[in-house]
Amino acid sequence: MSIAHRGTGVALSAGAVLLALWLIAAAGGPETFAAAQWLLGSWLGLLMLLGFSFALFYHLLNGIRHLFWDAGLGFDLKTSDASGLAVLGGSAALTVLAWAAGLTVLGAH
Amino acid sequence: MAGTRSALGRVRGLGSAKEGVQHWWAQRLTALALIPLTLWFVTGLIGVAGADYATARAWIAQPVSAVALLLLLAAGFHHGQLGLQVVIEDYVHHEGLRLTLIVLVKALAVLASAAAAFAVLRIALGS
Repeated sequence: MSIAHRGTGVALSAGAVLLALWLIAAAGGPETFAAAQWLLGSWLGLLMLLGFSFALFYHLLNGIRHLFWDAGLGFDLKTSDASGLAVLGGSAALTVLAWAAGLTVLGAH
Repeated sequence: MAGTRSALGRVRGLGSAKEGVQHWWAQRLTALALIPLTLWFVTGLIGVAGADYATARAWIAQPVSAVALLLLLAAGFHHGQLGLQVVIEDYVHHEGLRLTLIVLVKALAVLASAAAAFAVLRIALGS
């Protein structure tokens, strides 16, 4: 799972650059913003966003797990196995939740 | 936190541990900051999903949003570039290439966060 923490971290770095571009597009005016939104709304864009959101939640939850380890807590194998499963389950749950909320808001707009 | 290294060793990040304790702290502090910041960002982004330009812009322009975005960009890019540095140090064994990549990553992080911060300020301050 630590390789996944690294992998999601690298993916999120790429996502951060895309976030920067999105903000720059928003500052650039309605046309550039519309172009950015169009790209993000394409099937490839949505797939990317889905991947990024899972990577985000995974890295966030596993990061918190790491912070507990830094404090010296939860090292024993039983606890770390359990927390690892919790991270995976939590990441999936948060991804589903976030997308359900997002699609609901999208429908309302 | 000078430790026992030579000055050149400190600058080049030499030694088997490679990363110094400052790096470790910065990574943890930015990580802590990013917990509330990313949660805020995700909920905010969901709120403007599919919204028109004016609405999205207005959200960014709100003082709380703008400040949070600036902090997210600063902490996020710093955290990311520290992490990428660790990955590069672990997997790139050629010293010249390793140093070049690390410098490139740091430069890109600074460039991206500066450009994005400028965009946020433009929107928040009204142009």
